[in-house]
Amino acid sequence: MIEKTVAELSGALSRGDISSVELTQAYLDRINQYNSTLNAFVTVCEESALTQAAQADAARADGLTSPLLGIPLAHKDIFCTSGIKTSCGSKMLHNFIAPYDATVVSRFNDAGAVMLGKTNMDEFAMGSSNETSYFGPVKNPWDTDRVPGGSSGGSAAAIAADLCAMATGTDTGGSIRQPAAFCGITGLKPSYGRISRWGMIAFASSLDQAGPICKSAEDAALMLNAMAGLDTKDSTCADVPVEDYTADLNNSLQGLRIGIPRQHFAEGLSPEVEQAVREALGVYEKLGAQLIDIDLPNNHLSVSAYYVVAPAEASANLSRFDGVRYGYRCDNPLDLEDMYKRSRSEGFGDEVKRRIMVGTYALSAGFYDAYYRKAQKIRRLIKQDFNAAFQQVDIIIGPTSPHTAFTLGAKTDPVAMYLEDIYTIAVNLAGLPGMSVPAGLANGLPVGMHLVASDFAESRLLNVAHQFQLNTDWHRLRATAFEEGH
Amino acid sequence: MAFDKTEVEKVAQLARLHISDAEKDEVTGRITDILALIDQMQSVDTDAVAPLAHPLDMTQRLREDDVTESNRRDELQQLAPEVEEGLYLVPKVIE
Repeated sequence: MIEKTVAELSGALSRGDISSVELTQAYLDRINQYNSTLNAFVTVCEESALTQAAQADAARADGLTSPLLGIPLAHKDIFCTSGIKTSCGSKMLHNFIAPYDATVVSRFNDAGAVMLGKTNMDEFAMGSSNETSYFGPVKNPWDTDRVPGGSSGGSAAAIAADLCAMATGTDTGGSIRQPAAFCGITGLKPSYGRISRWGMIAFASSLDQAGPICKSAEDAALMLNAMAGLDTKDSTCADVPVEDYTADLNNSLQGLRIGIPRQHFAEGLSPEVEQAVREALGVYEKLGAQLIDIDLPNNHLSVSAYYVVAPAEASANLSRFDGVRYGYRCDNPLDLEDMYKRSRSEGFGDEVKRRIMVGTYALSAGFYDAYYRKAQKIRRLIKQDFNAAFQQVDIIIGPTSPHTAFTLGAKTDPVAMYLEDIYTIAVNLAGLPGMSVPAGLANGLPVGMHLVASDFAESRLLNVAHQFQLNTDWHRLRATAFEEGH
Repeated sequence: MAFDKTEVEKVAQLARLHISDAEKDEVTGRITDILALIDQMQSVDTDAVAPLAHPLDMTQRLREDDVTESNRRDELQQLAPEVEEGLYLVPKVIE
Protein backbone atom coordinates (compact mmCIF):
# COMPACT_ATOMS: atom_id res chain seq x y z
CA MET A 1 0.00 0.00 0.00
CA ILE A 2 2.79 2.46 0.90
CA GLU A 3 4.04 2.60 -2.71
CA LYS A 4 0.67 3.81 -4.01
CA THR A 5 -0.03 7.29 -5.29
CA VAL A 6 -2.17 9.79 -3.41
CA ALA A 7 -4.94 9.28 -5.96
CA GLU A 8 -4.89 5.52 -5.33
CA LEU A 9 -4.67 5.86 -1.55
CA SER A 10 -7.53 8.32 -1.60
CA GLY A 11 -9.63 5.66 -3.33
CA ALA A 12 -8.54 2.96 -0.87
CA LEU A 13 -9.42 5.20 2.08
CA SER A 14 -12.84 6.08 0.70
CA ARG A 15 -13.64 2.42 -0.07
CA GLY A 16 -12.59 1.52 3.46
CA ASP A 17 -9.82 -0.84 2.26
CA ILE A 18 -7.55 0.80 4.83
CA SER A 19 -7.90 3.45 7.54
CA SER A 20 -5.76 6.55 7.82
CA VAL A 21 -4.47 5.29 11.17
CA GLU A 22 -3.29 2.04 9.56
CA LEU A 23 -1.74 3.89 6.65
CA THR A 24 -0.04 6.42 8.91
CA GLN A 25 1.33 3.61 11.09
CA ALA A 26 2.67 1.85 7.98
CA TYR A 27 4.64 4.97 6.98
CA LEU A 28 5.84 5.55 10.55
CA ASP A 29 7.14 1.96 10.54
CA ARG A 30 8.92 2.62 7.22
CA ILE A 31 10.48 5.80 8.62
CA ASN A 32 11.57 3.89 11.70
CA GLN A 33 13.13 1.21 9.52
CA TYR A 34 14.91 3.38 6.96
CA ASN A 35 15.48 6.88 8.30
CA SER A 36 18.74 6.00 10.03
CA THR A 37 20.07 4.99 6.58
CA LEU A 38 18.61 7.87 4.57
CA ASN A 39 18.50 10.79 7.06
CA ALA A 40 15.48 12.12 5.16
CA PHE A 41 13.52 13.24 8.23
CA VAL A 42 14.89 15.60 10.87
CA THR A 43 11.72 15.44 12.98
CA VAL A 44 9.14 12.65 13.15
CA CYS A 45 5.79 13.47 14.77
CA GLU A 46 4.52 10.03 15.62
CA GLU A 47 2.00 10.99 18.27
CA SER A 48 0.43 13.99 16.53
CA ALA A 49 0.36 12.11 13.22
CA LEU A 50 -1.65 9.26 14.72
CA THR A 51 -3.99 11.78 16.36
CA GLN A 52 -4.51 13.58 13.04
CA ALA A 53 -5.07 10.22 11.33
CA ALA A 54 -7.72 9.22 13.88
CA GLN A 55 -9.40 12.61 13.34
CA ALA A 56 -9.33 12.02 9.57
CA ASP A 57 -10.93 8.60 9.99
CA ALA A 58 -13.61 10.12 12.22
CA ALA A 59 -14.26 12.90 9.71
CA ARG A 60 -14.59 10.34 6.94
CA ALA A 61 -17.05 8.34 9.04
CA ASP A 62 -19.03 11.60 9.32
CA GLY A 63 -19.22 11.80 5.53
CA LEU A 64 -16.26 14.07 4.68
CA THR A 65 -14.52 13.18 1.39
CA SER A 66 -11.67 15.60 0.60
CA PRO A 67 -9.12 13.89 -1.72
CA LEU A 68 -6.26 14.50 0.75
CA LEU A 69 -8.25 13.47 3.84
CA GLY A 70 -6.11 11.08 5.88
CA ILE A 71 -3.17 11.07 3.43
CA PRO A 72 0.21 11.09 5.23
CA LEU A 73 2.62 13.83 4.15
CA ALA A 74 5.98 15.31 5.07
CA HIS A 75 6.87 19.00 5.10
CA LYS A 76 10.26 20.36 4.17
CA ASP A 77 11.74 21.83 7.35
CA ILE A 78 11.53 25.32 5.85
CA PHE A 79 7.77 25.58 6.49
CA CYS A 80 6.87 26.85 9.95
CA THR A 81 4.80 24.40 11.94
CA SER A 82 3.15 25.55 15.13
CA GLY A 83 4.64 23.85 18.18
CA ILE A 84 7.00 21.67 16.11
CA LYS A 85 10.64 22.59 15.48
CA THR A 86 11.47 24.32 12.17
CA SER A 87 15.25 24.29 11.70
CA CYS A 88 15.68 25.17 8.00
CA GLY A 89 18.66 22.79 8.06
CA SER A 90 20.62 25.27 10.17
CA LYS A 91 22.28 25.45 13.56
CA MET A 92 20.92 29.00 13.61
CA LEU A 93 17.38 27.62 14.02
CA HIS A 94 18.16 24.30 15.68
CA ASN A 95 15.86 25.24 18.59
CA PHE A 96 13.28 27.34 16.73
CA ILE A 97 9.65 26.44 17.40
CA ALA A 98 7.37 28.72 15.40
CA PRO A 99 4.24 30.00 17.14
CA TYR A 100 2.21 29.67 13.89
CA ASP A 101 1.68 27.48 10.83
CA ALA A 102 2.82 28.48 7.36
CA THR A 103 -0.11 28.99 4.97
CA VAL A 104 0.96 25.86 3.07
CA VAL A 105 0.85 23.88 6.31
CA SER A 106 -2.57 25.30 7.27
CA ARG A 107 -3.97 24.39 3.88
CA PHE A 108 -2.87 20.77 4.17
CA ASN A 109 -4.27 20.67 7.70
CA ASP A 110 -7.57 22.07 6.42
CA ALA A 111 -7.61 19.39 3.71
CA GLY A 112 -7.27 16.74 6.43
CA ALA A 113 -3.77 15.55 5.51
CA VAL A 114 -1.65 13.89 8.21
CA MET A 115 1.79 15.37 8.93
CA LEU A 116 4.35 12.62 9.56
CA GLY A 117 7.24 14.99 10.19
CA LYS A 118 9.73 17.48 8.76
CA THR A 119 12.32 16.68 6.12
CA ASN A 120 16.01 17.44 5.92
CA MET A 121 17.29 20.07 3.49
CA ASP A 122 20.32 22.11 2.53
CA GLU A 123 20.88 24.87 5.06
CA PHE A 124 18.43 27.72 4.29
CA ALA A 125 17.78 25.89 0.98
CA MET A 126 21.24 26.84 -0.28
CA GLY A 127 22.64 23.82 -2.04
CA SER A 128 22.08 21.24 -4.76
CA SER A 129 23.12 18.09 -2.90
CA ASN A 130 21.68 18.34 0.62
CA GLU A 131 25.25 18.29 1.93
CA THR A 132 25.07 21.76 3.51
CA SER A 133 22.49 20.62 6.11
CA TYR A 134 23.56 21.09 9.73
CA PHE A 135 21.91 17.71 10.36
CA GLY A 136 24.09 15.82 7.88
CA PRO A 137 23.45 14.85 4.28
CA VAL A 138 20.45 12.87 3.04
CA LYS A 139 21.29 9.69 1.11
CA ASN A 140 19.81 8.83 -2.27
CA PRO A 141 17.64 5.68 -2.03
CA TRP A 142 18.91 4.55 -5.45
CA ASP A 143 22.48 4.46 -4.16
CA THR A 144 23.22 5.54 -0.61
CA ASP A 145 26.73 6.65 -1.62
CA ARG A 146 25.09 9.32 -3.75
CA VAL A 147 23.38 12.62 -3.04
CA PRO A 148 19.59 12.98 -3.37
CA GLY A 149 19.98 16.45 -4.89
CA GLY A 150 18.98 19.61 -3.13
CA SER A 151 17.83 21.58 -1.52
CA SER A 152 14.59 19.60 -0.98
CA GLY A 153 16.62 16.38 -0.73
CA GLY A 154 14.86 15.01 2.34
CA SER A 155 11.42 15.30 0.78
CA ALA A 156 12.63 13.74 -2.48
CA ALA A 157 14.36 10.79 -0.75
CA ALA A 158 11.31 10.25 1.49
CA ILE A 159 9.05 9.96 -1.56
CA ALA A 160 11.50 7.74 -3.46
CA ALA A 161 11.78 5.33 -0.50
CA ASP A 162 8.02 5.43 0.19
CA LEU A 163 8.46 6.95 3.64
CA CYS A 164 5.42 9.17 2.94
CA ALA A 165 2.70 9.51 0.32
CA MET A 166 3.38 13.14 -0.55
CA ALA A 167 5.78 15.90 0.48
CA THR A 168 6.30 19.61 0.16
CA GLY A 169 9.39 21.34 -1.16
CA THR A 170 10.59 24.77 -2.17
CA ASP A 171 12.40 25.76 -5.33
CA THR A 172 14.55 28.89 -5.70
CA GLY A 173 16.81 27.70 -8.53
CA GLY A 174 15.90 24.04 -8.97
CA SER A 175 15.45 22.80 -5.39
CA ILE A 176 12.30 20.78 -6.14
CA ARG A 177 13.06 19.69 -9.70
CA GLN A 178 16.71 18.59 -9.40
CA PRO A 179 16.17 16.33 -6.34
CA ALA A 180 13.02 14.96 -8.02
CA ALA A 181 15.20 14.08 -11.02
CA PHE A 182 17.98 12.52 -8.91
CA CYS A 183 15.50 10.43 -6.88
CA GLY A 184 13.26 9.33 -9.77
CA ILE A 185 10.08 11.03 -8.63
CA THR A 186 7.75 13.86 -9.67
CA GLY A 187 8.26 17.48 -8.58
CA LEU A 188 6.49 20.70 -9.54
CA LYS A 189 7.64 24.27 -9.09
CA PRO A 190 4.56 26.39 -9.75
CA SER A 191 4.58 29.92 -11.17
CA TYR A 192 5.97 32.55 -8.84
CA GLY A 193 3.07 33.78 -6.71
CA ARG A 194 0.86 30.72 -7.25
CA ILE A 195 1.36 29.55 -3.65
CA SER A 196 1.65 31.72 -0.57
CA ARG A 197 5.16 32.12 0.86
CA TRP A 198 3.84 33.13 4.27
CA GLY A 199 5.55 31.12 6.99
CA MET A 200 8.06 29.70 4.53
CA ILE A 201 11.51 30.82 5.68
CA ALA A 202 12.78 33.25 3.04
CA PHE A 203 15.94 32.65 0.99
CA ALA A 204 15.46 34.79 -2.15
CA SER A 205 12.08 36.47 -2.08
CA SER A 206 11.65 37.11 -5.81
CA LEU A 207 12.54 33.50 -6.67
CA ASP A 208 11.31 31.21 -3.86
CA GLN A 209 8.24 29.12 -4.57
CA ALA A 210 6.70 26.16 -2.75
CA GLY A 211 5.51 23.09 -4.59
CA PRO A 212 4.57 19.41 -4.49
CA ILE A 213 7.05 16.50 -4.39
CA CYS A 214 5.21 13.29 -5.08
CA LYS A 215 4.78 10.08 -7.06
CA SER A 216 2.83 11.23 -10.13
CA ALA A 217 1.63 14.28 -12.04
CA GLU A 218 -1.91 13.46 -10.94
CA ASP A 219 -0.76 13.66 -7.31
CA ALA A 220 0.96 16.98 -8.02
CA ALA A 221 -2.37 18.26 -9.34
CA LEU A 222 -4.21 17.09 -6.21
CA MET A 223 -1.60 18.73 -3.99
CA LEU A 224 -1.58 21.95 -6.00
CA ASN A 225 -5.37 22.13 -5.64
CA ALA A 226 -4.84 22.33 -1.89
CA MET A 227 -1.78 24.63 -1.95
CA ALA A 228 -2.58 27.26 -4.60
CA GLY A 229 -4.42 30.51 -4.20
CA LEU A 230 -4.46 34.02 -2.91
CA ASP A 231 -3.29 34.66 0.63
CA THR A 232 -3.61 38.18 1.97
CA LYS A 233 -0.70 37.49 4.35
CA ASP A 234 1.72 37.32 1.39
CA SER A 235 1.62 40.51 -0.68
CA THR A 236 3.44 38.76 -3.56
CA CYS A 237 0.92 35.93 -3.74
CA ALA A 238 -0.87 36.24 -7.07
CA ASP A 239 -4.52 37.15 -7.33
CA VAL A 240 -5.04 34.73 -10.20
CA PRO A 241 -8.01 32.33 -10.16
CA VAL A 242 -7.21 28.80 -9.01
CA GLU A 243 -8.29 26.08 -11.42
CA ASP A 244 -9.10 22.48 -10.65
CA TYR A 245 -5.67 21.21 -11.70
CA THR A 246 -7.00 17.70 -12.29
CA ALA A 247 -9.56 18.90 -14.86
CA ASP A 248 -7.23 18.96 -17.89
CA LEU A 249 -5.09 15.92 -17.05
CA ASN A 250 -6.74 13.74 -19.67
CA ASN A 251 -6.68 16.22 -22.53
CA SER A 252 -5.23 14.85 -25.75
CA LEU A 253 -1.74 15.98 -26.77
CA GLN A 254 -2.61 15.78 -30.48
CA GLY A 255 -1.06 18.83 -32.13
CA LEU A 256 0.84 19.92 -28.99
CA ARG A 257 3.90 21.95 -29.94
CA ILE A 258 6.90 20.98 -27.82
CA GLY A 259 9.91 23.30 -27.88
CA ILE A 260 13.30 21.61 -27.63
CA PRO A 261 15.87 24.20 -26.53
CA ARG A 262 19.14 23.67 -28.41
CA GLN A 263 20.99 25.15 -25.43
CA HIS A 264 19.73 22.34 -23.17
CA PHE A 265 21.12 19.61 -25.43
CA ALA A 266 24.55 21.14 -25.88
CA GLU A 267 27.99 20.57 -24.41
CA GLY A 268 28.00 19.33 -20.81
CA LEU A 269 24.97 17.05 -21.12
CA SER A 270 25.70 13.40 -20.35
CA PRO A 271 25.01 11.21 -23.43
CA GLU A 272 23.01 8.71 -21.33
CA VAL A 273 20.75 11.45 -19.97
CA GLU A 274 20.31 12.87 -23.47
CA GLN A 275 19.35 9.44 -24.80
CA ALA A 276 16.71 8.92 -22.09
CA VAL A 277 15.17 12.35 -22.68
CA ARG A 278 15.19 11.87 -26.48
CA GLU A 279 13.39 8.55 -26.03
CA ALA A 280 10.83 10.27 -23.81
CA LEU A 281 10.31 12.87 -26.54
CA GLY A 282 9.62 9.94 -28.88
CA VAL A 283 6.70 8.97 -26.61
CA TYR A 284 5.26 12.45 -27.09
CA GLU A 285 5.62 12.19 -30.88
CA LYS A 286 3.60 8.96 -30.76
CA LEU A 287 0.93 10.85 -28.80
CA GLY A 288 0.63 13.33 -31.65
CA ALA A 289 2.89 16.11 -30.41
CA GLN A 290 5.20 18.02 -32.68
CA LEU A 291 8.84 18.67 -31.71
CA ILE A 292 10.20 22.09 -32.63
CA ASP A 293 13.79 23.19 -32.07
CA ILE A 294 13.93 26.51 -30.24
CA ASP A 295 16.58 28.82 -28.84
CA LEU A 296 16.96 30.29 -25.36
CA PRO A 297 19.97 32.39 -26.34
CA ASN A 298 20.63 33.88 -22.90
CA ASN A 299 20.29 30.64 -20.94
CA HIS A 300 24.06 30.44 -20.41
CA LEU A 301 23.89 33.69 -18.40
CA SER A 302 21.17 32.45 -16.05
CA VAL A 303 23.53 30.97 -13.45
CA SER A 304 25.61 34.17 -13.41
CA ALA A 305 22.58 36.43 -12.98
CA TYR A 306 21.08 34.12 -10.38
CA TYR A 307 24.24 34.19 -8.26
CA VAL A 308 23.81 37.93 -7.95
CA VAL A 309 20.05 38.13 -7.44
CA ALA A 310 19.70 35.17 -5.05
CA PRO A 311 22.62 36.04 -2.74
CA ALA A 312 21.63 39.73 -2.76
CA GLU A 313 18.12 38.88 -1.60
CA ALA A 314 19.48 36.28 0.81
CA SER A 315 21.89 38.75 2.39
CA ALA A 316 18.93 41.01 3.16
CA ASN A 317 16.61 38.21 4.32
CA LEU A 318 19.21 36.59 6.57
CA SER A 319 20.13 39.86 8.26
CA ARG A 320 17.21 39.13 10.60
CA PHE A 321 19.27 36.43 12.31
CA ASP A 322 21.00 38.59 14.88
CA GLY A 323 20.83 36.48 18.05
CA VAL A 324 18.32 38.85 19.65
CA ARG A 325 14.74 37.76 19.01
CA TYR A 326 15.07 34.06 18.15
CA GLY A 327 17.62 31.56 16.92
CA TYR A 328 21.18 30.90 17.98
CA ARG A 329 23.12 33.29 20.23
CA CYS A 330 26.84 32.83 20.92
CA ASP A 331 28.11 32.30 24.48
CA ASN A 332 29.54 35.22 26.49
CA PRO A 333 29.40 38.04 23.93
CA LEU A 334 31.86 40.86 24.67
CA ASP A 335 29.55 43.52 23.29
CA LEU A 336 26.65 43.95 20.84
CA GLU A 337 28.87 43.85 17.74
CA ASP A 338 30.63 40.72 18.97
CA MET A 339 27.26 39.11 19.66
CA TYR A 340 25.98 39.81 16.13
CA LYS A 341 29.15 38.61 14.48
CA ARG A 342 29.79 35.50 16.50
CA SER A 343 26.12 34.43 16.63
CA ARG A 344 25.96 34.67 12.84
CA SER A 345 29.38 33.12 12.21
CA GLU A 346 28.78 30.21 14.57
CA GLY A 347 25.11 29.78 13.60
CA PHE A 348 25.49 29.78 9.80
CA GLY A 349 27.39 27.18 7.78
CA ASP A 350 30.09 27.97 5.17
CA GLU A 351 27.84 28.03 2.09
CA VAL A 352 25.31 30.33 3.72
CA LYS A 353 28.07 32.70 4.84
CA ARG A 354 29.56 32.65 1.35
CA ARG A 355 26.27 33.66 -0.22
CA ILE A 356 25.68 36.38 2.35
CA MET A 357 29.14 37.74 1.55
CA VAL A 358 28.57 37.64 -2.23
CA GLY A 359 25.18 39.30 -1.85
CA THR A 360 26.50 41.97 0.49
CA TYR A 361 29.33 42.70 -1.93
CA ALA A 362 26.98 42.90 -4.94
CA LEU A 363 24.78 45.41 -3.13
CA SER A 364 27.57 47.48 -1.64
CA ALA A 365 28.37 51.04 -2.65
CA GLY A 366 30.11 51.25 -6.02
CA PHE A 367 29.18 47.74 -7.18
CA TYR A 368 25.39 47.93 -7.33
CA ASP A 369 25.16 48.86 -11.02
CA ALA A 370 27.85 46.43 -12.15
CA TYR A 371 26.28 43.50 -10.35
CA TYR A 372 22.71 43.83 -9.10
CA ARG A 373 21.37 46.12 -11.81
CA LYS A 374 23.22 44.19 -14.51
CA ALA A 375 21.74 40.91 -13.21
CA GLN A 376 18.25 42.40 -13.31
CA LYS A 377 18.80 43.35 -16.94
CA ILE A 378 19.94 39.83 -17.77
CA ARG A 379 16.84 38.63 -15.96
CA ARG A 380 14.74 40.65 -18.39
CA LEU A 381 16.56 39.09 -21.37
CA ILE A 382 15.93 35.61 -19.98
CA LYS A 383 12.23 36.33 -19.48
CA GLN A 384 12.05 37.70 -23.06
CA ASP A 385 13.66 34.50 -24.39
CA PHE A 386 10.86 32.46 -22.82
CA ASN A 387 8.18 34.89 -24.01
CA ALA A 388 9.48 34.54 -27.56
CA ALA A 389 9.63 30.76 -27.28
CA PHE A 390 6.04 30.54 -26.05
CA GLN A 391 4.92 32.41 -29.18
CA GLN A 392 6.05 29.34 -31.09
CA VAL A 393 5.42 26.42 -28.75
CA ASP A 394 3.05 25.29 -25.97
CA ILE A 395 5.62 23.70 -23.71
CA ILE A 396 9.39 23.42 -23.44
CA ILE A 397 11.04 20.08 -22.66
CA GLY A 398 14.64 19.13 -21.92
CA PRO A 399 16.70 17.37 -19.25
CA THR A 400 16.30 18.52 -15.62
CA SER A 401 19.95 18.03 -14.82
CA PRO A 402 23.02 17.47 -17.03
CA HIS A 403 23.69 14.10 -15.37
CA THR A 404 22.35 11.65 -12.80
CA ALA A 405 22.98 11.82 -9.03
CA PHE A 406 26.65 12.29 -8.14
CA THR A 407 28.51 10.76 -5.21
CA LEU A 408 28.57 12.38 -1.78
CA GLY A 409 31.55 14.68 -1.40
CA ALA A 410 32.27 14.74 -5.15
CA LYS A 411 31.63 18.46 -5.63
CA THR A 412 33.59 20.57 -3.17
CA ASP A 413 33.91 23.56 -5.49
CA PRO A 414 30.92 25.92 -5.01
CA VAL A 415 30.98 27.05 -8.65
CA ALA A 416 30.76 23.44 -9.89
CA MET A 417 27.80 22.95 -7.55
CA TYR A 418 26.11 26.12 -8.86
CA LEU A 419 26.35 24.84 -12.43
CA GLU A 420 24.23 21.84 -11.40
CA ASP A 421 21.17 24.02 -11.94
CA ILE A 422 22.05 25.16 -15.46
CA TYR A 423 18.70 23.95 -16.93
CA THR A 424 16.41 24.91 -14.06
CA ILE A 425 17.59 28.31 -12.82
CA ALA A 426 16.29 30.42 -15.73
CA VAL A 427 12.75 29.23 -14.93
CA ASN A 428 12.94 30.83 -11.47
CA LEU A 429 14.36 34.07 -12.85
CA ALA A 430 11.40 34.20 -15.26
CA GLY A 431 8.88 33.08 -12.60
CA LEU A 432 7.52 30.26 -14.80
CA PRO A 433 6.08 26.89 -13.74
CA GLY A 434 8.45 23.95 -14.23
CA MET A 435 8.31 20.28 -13.48
CA SER A 436 10.55 17.23 -13.38
CA VAL A 437 9.21 13.76 -14.15
CA PRO A 438 11.10 10.46 -14.27
CA ALA A 439 12.07 9.63 -17.86
CA GLY A 440 14.22 6.53 -17.57
CA LEU A 441 17.45 5.25 -16.11
CA ALA A 442 21.07 5.91 -17.01
CA ASN A 443 23.52 3.40 -15.54
CA GLY A 444 20.86 2.35 -13.05
CA LEU A 445 20.11 5.88 -11.82
CA PRO A 446 17.00 7.96 -12.51
CA VAL A 447 16.91 10.61 -15.24
CA GLY A 448 14.56 13.58 -14.93
CA MET A 449 12.76 15.24 -17.81
CA HIS A 450 12.16 18.97 -17.36
CA LEU A 451 8.93 20.54 -18.58
CA VAL A 452 8.32 24.30 -18.59
CA ALA A 453 5.09 26.14 -19.36
CA SER A 454 4.11 29.79 -19.61
CA ASP A 455 2.96 31.90 -16.62
CA PHE A 456 0.22 30.19 -14.60
CA ALA A 457 -0.18 27.37 -17.17
CA GLU A 458 0.14 24.68 -14.49
CA SER A 459 -2.87 22.81 -15.91
CA ARG A 460 -1.13 22.45 -19.25
CA LEU A 461 2.11 21.39 -17.58
CA LEU A 462 0.36 18.73 -15.49
CA ASN A 463 -1.62 17.51 -18.50
CA VAL A 464 1.56 17.02 -20.53
CA ALA A 465 3.32 15.24 -17.63
CA HIS A 466 0.29 13.05 -16.84
CA GLN A 467 -0.07 11.87 -20.44
CA PHE A 468 3.58 10.76 -20.39
CA GLN A 469 2.99 8.86 -17.15
CA LEU A 470 -0.09 7.14 -18.60
CA ASN A 471 2.16 5.81 -21.36
CA THR A 472 5.30 4.95 -19.36
CA ASP A 473 6.09 3.34 -16.01
CA TRP A 474 9.23 5.24 -15.04
CA HIS A 475 7.42 7.05 -12.22
CA ARG A 476 6.47 3.67 -10.72
CA LEU A 477 10.03 2.39 -10.60
CA ARG A 478 11.66 2.03 -7.16
CA ALA A 479 15.20 1.29 -6.10
CA THR A 480 15.35 -2.45 -5.40
CA ALA A 481 16.52 -1.99 -1.81
CA PHE A 482 13.43 0.11 -1.03
CA GLU A 483 10.73 -1.89 -2.81
CA GLU A 484 7.88 -2.84 -0.51
CA GLY A 485 8.54 -6.08 1.35
CA HIS A 486 12.25 -5.92 0.67
CA MET B 1 37.60 43.84 -10.15
CA ALA B 2 40.05 42.11 -7.82
CA PHE B 3 38.58 40.71 -4.67
CA ASP B 4 41.31 40.53 -2.03
CA LYS B 5 41.60 39.96 1.70
CA THR B 6 40.92 43.63 2.44
CA GLU B 7 37.62 43.32 0.58
CA VAL B 8 36.77 40.17 2.53
CA GLU B 9 37.25 42.06 5.78
CA LYS B 10 35.15 44.98 4.58
CA VAL B 11 32.29 42.81 3.33
CA ALA B 12 32.38 40.60 6.45
CA GLN B 13 32.03 43.74 8.56
CA LEU B 14 29.05 44.95 6.47
CA ALA B 15 27.41 41.52 6.81
CA ARG B 16 28.26 41.26 10.52
CA LEU B 17 30.19 38.05 10.01
CA HIS B 18 33.43 37.10 11.64
CA ILE B 19 35.98 35.51 9.28
CA SER B 20 38.99 34.19 11.15
CA ASP B 21 42.52 34.71 9.83
CA ALA B 22 42.77 30.99 9.14
CA GLU B 23 39.69 31.11 6.90
CA LYS B 24 40.53 34.32 5.04
CA ASP B 25 42.55 32.84 2.20
CA GLU B 26 40.01 30.18 1.42
CA VAL B 27 37.05 32.56 1.62
CA THR B 28 38.84 35.06 -0.65
CA GLY B 29 39.58 32.34 -3.19
CA ARG B 30 36.06 30.92 -3.21
CA ILE B 31 34.43 34.32 -3.59
CA THR B 32 36.88 35.26 -6.35
CA ASP B 33 35.79 32.13 -8.24
CA ILE B 34 32.11 32.97 -7.73
CA LEU B 35 32.68 36.53 -8.96
CA ALA B 36 34.39 35.14 -12.07
CA LEU B 37 31.24 33.11 -12.77
CA ILE B 38 29.09 36.20 -12.18
CA ASP B 39 31.27 38.35 -14.42
CA GLN B 40 30.22 36.31 -17.46
CA MET B 41 27.22 38.67 -17.45
CA GLN B 42 29.46 41.52 -18.47
CA SER B 43 29.94 39.99 -21.93
CA VAL B 44 26.45 41.10 -22.98
CA ASP B 45 25.52 44.66 -23.87
CA THR B 46 22.43 45.53 -21.83
CA ASP B 47 22.44 49.33 -22.22
CA ALA B 48 19.00 49.33 -23.84
CA VAL B 49 17.49 46.73 -21.47
CA ALA B 50 15.26 47.75 -18.57
CA PRO B 51 15.98 45.90 -15.32
CA LEU B 52 13.47 43.27 -14.19
CA ALA B 53 13.18 43.27 -10.42
CA HIS B 54 10.39 40.79 -10.12
CA PRO B 55 8.96 38.04 -12.35
CA LEU B 56 5.32 39.09 -12.06
CA ASP B 57 4.06 42.06 -13.98
CA MET B 58 1.80 43.12 -11.15
CA THR B 59 1.28 46.02 -8.82
CA GLN B 60 1.27 45.80 -5.07
CA ARG B 61 -2.13 45.13 -3.57
CA LEU B 62 -3.42 47.65 -1.09
CA ARG B 63 -5.59 46.86 1.89
CA GLU B 64 -7.62 48.80 4.40
CA ASP B 65 -5.50 50.25 7.18
CA ASP B 66 -6.98 47.96 9.80
CA VAL B 67 -5.21 46.23 12.66
CA THR B 68 -4.96 42.56 11.70
CA GLU B 69 -2.31 41.34 14.14
CA SER B 70 -3.03 40.57 17.75
CA ASN B 71 -0.49 41.23 20.50
CA ARG B 72 1.48 37.99 20.95
CA ARG B 73 4.50 39.49 22.69
CA ASP B 74 4.76 36.98 25.50
CA GLU B 75 4.42 34.05 23.14
CA LEU B 76 6.97 35.43 20.70
CA GLN B 77 9.45 36.35 23.41
CA GLN B 78 9.59 32.75 24.54
CA LEU B 79 11.77 32.22 21.47
CA ALA B 80 14.33 34.83 22.50
CA PRO B 81 17.67 33.91 24.06
CA GLU B 82 17.25 36.54 26.80
CA VAL B 83 14.29 38.72 27.82
CA GLU B 84 13.31 40.64 30.91
CA GLU B 85 9.97 42.30 31.68
CA GLY B 86 8.90 42.17 28.04
CA LEU B 87 12.20 43.57 26.74
CA TYR B 88 14.84 41.84 24.65
CA LEU B 89 18.20 41.86 26.39
CA VAL B 90 21.47 42.46 24.55
CA PRO B 91 25.00 43.17 25.85
CA LYS B 92 25.48 46.64 27.28
CA VAL B 93 25.58 49.27 24.51
CA ILE B 94 25.97 52.52 26.47
CA GLU B 95 28.67 52.96 29.07
